[in-house]
Amino acid sequence: MKSLSKLGLAGTAAALLANPVAAQEAPGLDEKINQAFADLTGPFVSFIFAPLPGTSFPWIVMWLVIAASVFTLYFAFVQMRFFSHAISLVKGDYSDPNDAGEVSHFQALATALSGTVGLGNIAGVAVAVGIGGPGATFWMILAGLLGMASKFTECTLGVKYRNEYEDGTVSGGPMYYMSKGFSELGLPGGKILAVLFSIFCILGALGGGNMFQANQAHQQIAGIVGDFPGWITGLVFAVVVFMVIVGGLKSIARVTEKVVPFMGILYVLAALVIIIMNADMIGWAFGQIFAGAFTGLGVAGGMVGALIQGFKRAAFSNEAGVGSAAIAHSAVRTKEPITEGFVSLLEPFIDTVVICTMTALVIIITQQLIIDPDTGNYMLNEAGSAIATVDGNSGVSLTSAAFGSAFSWFPYVLAIAVILFAFSTMISWSYYGLKAWTYLFGEGHTKELVFKIIFCIFVVIGAAANLGPVIDFSDAAIFAMAVVNVFALYFLMKVVRQELASYSERLKSGEIRKFGH
Amino acid sequence: MTTKIVIGLDGTATGERAIAFAKDLAERIGTCELLVAYVIEWSPYTFQTPEENAARHKRREEEIELATTRVVSPAVDALKAAGFNATGIVRHGDVAETLNSVTVENGGAQIVVGRSSADGLKKRIFGSATQNLVMHADVPVTVVN
Repeated sequence: MKSLSKLGLAGTAAALLANPVAAQEAPGLDEKINQAFADLTGPFVSFIFAPLPGTSFPWIVMWLVIAASVFTLYFAFVQMRFFSHAISLVKGDYSDPNDAGEVSHFQALATALSGTVGLGNIAGVAVAVGIGGPGATFWMILAGLLGMASKFTECTLGVKYRNEYEDGTVSGGPMYYMSKGFSELGLPGGKILAVLFSIFCILGALGGGNMFQANQAHQQIAGIVGDFPGWITGLVFAVVVFMVIVGGLKSIARVTEKVVPFMGILYVLAALVIIIMNADMIGWAFGQIFAGAFTGLGVAGGMVGALIQGFKRAAFSNEAGVGSAAIAHSAVRTKEPITEGFVSLLEPFIDTVVICTMTALVIIITQQLIIDPDTGNYMLNEAGSAIATVDGNSGVSLTSAAFGSAFSWFPYVLAIAVILFAFSTMISWSYYGLKAWTYLFGEGHTKELVFKIIFCIFVVIGAAANLGPVIDFSDAAIFAMAVVNVFALYFLMKVVRQELASYSERLKSGEIRKFGH
Repeated sequence: MTTKIVIGLDGTATGERAIAFAKDLAERIGTCELLVAYVIEWSPYTFQTPEENAARHKRREEEIELATTRVVSPAVDALKAAGFNATGIVRHGDVAETLNSVTVENGGAQIVVGRSSADGLKKRIFGSATQNLVMHADVPVTVVN
């Protein structure tokens, strides 16, 4: 997940999104629209991101963390018990050769990952560590590990209750398990939840999954080539997105889908090289992470500040509990829906436990955060809102500076990576939004075309306009998906437990076995 | 005892020559069964968009249908018309690996293929499907030029 605003990235997002000079020069229609939209959606945004009483901890983050903990306990630490089995599934050890040509577990995992790995891993972590200190990394890893159980639950249900059509195509996701699952269990309200989820999913797809991405991509391009009007970037992106999702031009999507994993691997490798180059600092860095997790080391908000930031960034990076992954994973044609659940639990592990931790380690090891030599604690910036950094960097620029301190050329690679991640996220979310759209309005070429065209228009708007309030609302919509989704998961988790018990038994008895490849 | 010969086709003219050679071989052996195999190149480790994934099953069925009607069925029909005992199979996967596993599964005694038509850089780096088959097959392989 790559949404930034309202999530502790307010400073970065505001700087990127708002153009105060332009705003002062043109207080006309744009500002009026923004203001009207902000007034209209403000209460909803405030509600979703409201802190728990007496804290600065958004209740929505607590909602996701509690859900992840409940699922972890309910399924008796499934993420640990079946971790190696999940890897075997991805490797294809349990795939019937007669099913070759169908979507493989690896492909479903890679597709879902390309929708989640991105700016959240690059910029979000920098904010978490910048505000919460190294200790935030500990809580981030913990939240990532717990989130694996949420993904497992939602993705199993996504495959189990998906629709398979006569023409061989499939549609799946929370809206289908809400309506079909609830009616199977004789529970009321499934359809209402499904409609609510679909509405939030469409809004989230157009906002956080589209406009925000276009906006971030434009900022990165402008950072390289100099400032120019955002609508130009928007138009180029919209044309490319149009060619892929409307024109069916697979070659561009195929190139992106190949380049994005390559970028991800390059990012992790670069991080590993930096960590190895500073091998003598690894022990110290982990010491900082553990000490910071429980003492705060003088960061803003102390230990609780570290905990809040860590949990926040993990929850917003891996999307566990939001329901989007259930849409992506439901395309796999498997006789055992639960196998896709096992595979999906690797997603938060790769996204948060591996990639986010790499980012954090590089920032800590390259000593971007300034330590007071007298006390050994971190120094706060002048405003006292975050840790003082070398050159005053935060967000993307902090990560960029950390990598750039080892490889001077890396910031350019990072900028390209952000642009590509933004594009792949748009393609993923165009599909999530489309599935929600077709759930509400029915399948059909014209109906689908209408959504796709709307989606492309929003790319241009996203790159061009000052969209603070709109993006706040879009982010809120994505996390509103989590409110509805987690609520439904609590009712449906017993279905997953039955599947888990049956599968475990057959795995133990040897009925489910590896195929000799 | 019946000897089973697997003929690997790739939809090109070299396949025709492989069939002609297999027919000749079958006549010399006597009691022989011919299995015409076509492997659609596919890897489980590629990257796809969500939309491609959702339509994958449909695409797979179309690919199998196309390979069956255009390549395998005409070859099997021609062999049957010529008096041979012939069947056909279409699979997805790595060409060399899948052709070998189809042969092993069906008790094939040998594989006959045409010289591969893979081109350029890919062939130089990874070798052609034929080269890989010759290197790794569990049964004798005849490559027809």
